Amino acid sequence: MSDTMQPAQPEPEIQSTSPLREMVSMFMRNYAAVAGLVLLIAIVLFVFVGPLIHRTDPFEMVWAPFTFPGQEGFLLGTDYLGRDILAAMMVGGQVSMAIGLAAALVSVIIGVTVGAFAGYYGGVIEELLMRFTEFFQVLPTLLFSMVIVALFGASLLTVTLAIGVVSWTAVARVTRSEFLRIRELEYVAAARSGSARDLYLIFKVILPNALPPIVVQANLMVGSAILFEAALSFLGLSDPNVMSWGQVIGSNRPYILDAGFAVAIPGFAIFLTVLAISLVGDGLNDALNPKLRQR
Amino acid sequence: MSGAQAKPDIALRVEDLKVHFGGKKRFFSGYANTVHAVDGVSFEVPAGKTFGIVGESGSGKSTTALAILRLAPITSGKVVLGDTVISDLEKEELRSERSRFQIVFQDPYSSLDPRKRAGAIVREPLELMKIGTLKERDEKVAALFVQVGLRPEQQALFPHQFSGGQRQRLGLARALSTRPELIVCDEPVSALDVAIQAQILNLMADLQKQLGLTYLFISHDLGVVQHICDIVAVMYLGQIVEQADRVSLFTNPRHPYTKALLEAVPSVHQNKRNRRERIRLVGDPPSPINLPKGCRFASRCPVAEARCHQEAPPLLEKENGHQVACFLA
Repeated sequence: MSDTMQPAQPEPEIQSTSPLREMVSMFMRNYAAVAGLVLLIAIVLFVFVGPLIHRTDPFEMVWAPFTFPGQEGFLLGTDYLGRDILAAMMVGGQVSMAIGLAAALVSVIIGVTVGAFAGYYGGVIEELLMRFTEFFQVLPTLLFSMVIVALFGASLLTVTLAIGVVSWTAVARVTRSEFLRIRELEYVAAARSGSARDLYLIFKVILPNALPPIVVQANLMVGSAILFEAALSFLGLSDPNVMSWGQVIGSNRPYILDAGFAVAIPGFAIFLTVLAISLVGDGLNDALNPKLRQR
Repeated sequence: MSGAQAKPDIALRVEDLKVHFGGKKRFFSGYANTVHAVDGVSFEVPAGKTFGIVGESGSGKSTTALAILRLAPITSGKVVLGDTVISDLEKEELRSERSRFQIVFQDPYSSLDPRKRAGAIVREPLELMKIGTLKERDEKVAALFVQVGLRPEQQALFPHQFSGGQRQRLGLARALSTRPELIVCDEPVSALDVAIQAQILNLMADLQKQLGLTYLFISHDLGVVQHICDIVAVMYLGQIVEQADRVSLFTNPRHPYTKALLEAVPSVHQNKRNRRERIRLVGDPPSPINLPKGCRFASRCPVAEARCHQEAPPLLEKENGHQVACFLA
């Protein structure tokens, strides 16, 4: 036999392509996802940079009510109190997006924790945690979040928590199923043989490998949280002192036949945002799914 | 080998190891079926030697390996490494002793974390067990890469950028990182193609010579076992049926099962080989849930007698270190 101590094969250059970099290039090849990302960036710029250019208080009465978009210099018209809808769209968008992100974060934190411990430990712990999850799953979500907001008062914090608390179950189930699969793999046994503790195995070994479907789920969660916030605002269960897209729709609701645009514009903004987020989520799903990556 | 004498050169001693799965009481169906994966296995591995366990799929050889490493639950029995009874250790005690026994897995693709860089994978046991200073760990990992025939620069790569053979070298480097007394190799080359198998086996043999390692080598490939092992045990349905040193086992197999296994190895020297009566095995092993009463091999054994179906033959020493569990051997 030849000398086995020499390098197995000569490799002139060492280029480390991380899984993350491969994922990014895969994502960039998906045109729909890139379009979604561009749209999302445009919306974020509109919402967060726009108010710096268009300095109008969205709560201030600036002109006659129901000015049609484009007239009198109001690009998106005015609402039933004569407030500038363009300003409301910008400032309200900040709140909608912030609530969407924060609520998705809340649901990911609860869902990942519950799913990870259920999937890793199995047995009685899994049984208890999954029954707990199912309990939340069978509650009618909108009704449940309405009860929470009604009980604890309508503020940004309670709305965010209410949305997060009713929507973490999907994350928990996805996380658990990934943990059930990955915990049996040999690299987990190898880490255990290297004297890893349970928490190290859960958060440093299994969770990073379970992330792709969780990331996709979390992304879609942002979209549904924005819709949820809009629904709560529409029903008048959001903080009335804070402008949000749902708030604009809710407050103009009685005048929908006279001035449909005041309801349609924020509705369209929500539609565009959720669409953009879904396209990005879809692209992420493709980029993170190794089976599709083979194609 | 005189049995009464103290044997300081024994690295690993396994006494009557049993691993049973299932068997929990169920509400409706009474007792669930117990799988007797490993059912009373005893052996000793001398320090600095390679002890092979062969057997077909489901014979319990991998479960034996995992139980010794405390990665599978031990139902009963004793595992002694050096002077430490590792089968009795719990939680933190067990963690602190883990540096003394390490594993090389079968599948070089699922045994390396795809999200960690090669250097971090080899380094992980050192970090977890807090062995050495940060600088010492850097040096150690770089030295390990060289030792297993990789280049230190390759630490920055991810597992998917390595070939199967290189990945198995990484697995070996990870196992070596804590300077263990015992390395359990669970079919370390069966997922590799033949040319690479030879490279890895020779590397393992070289490392054994350099570092005085003790291997417990699990395999179903008799050719590989013959190449690397000093002592070989043959397992069938959770028990050892024959154990002997390499030469004795391969030239003079006594158990009908071992004979059948050896006959089944294809050879290019068919005619030169001193052909014994050829034993062909028919059927599958009995289920490890409902074990037969007598010898476990009796149902497939070509020479079984009435007694074999009634009584289980004990594993007895027939000649100098050659143990067989058969009435007729």
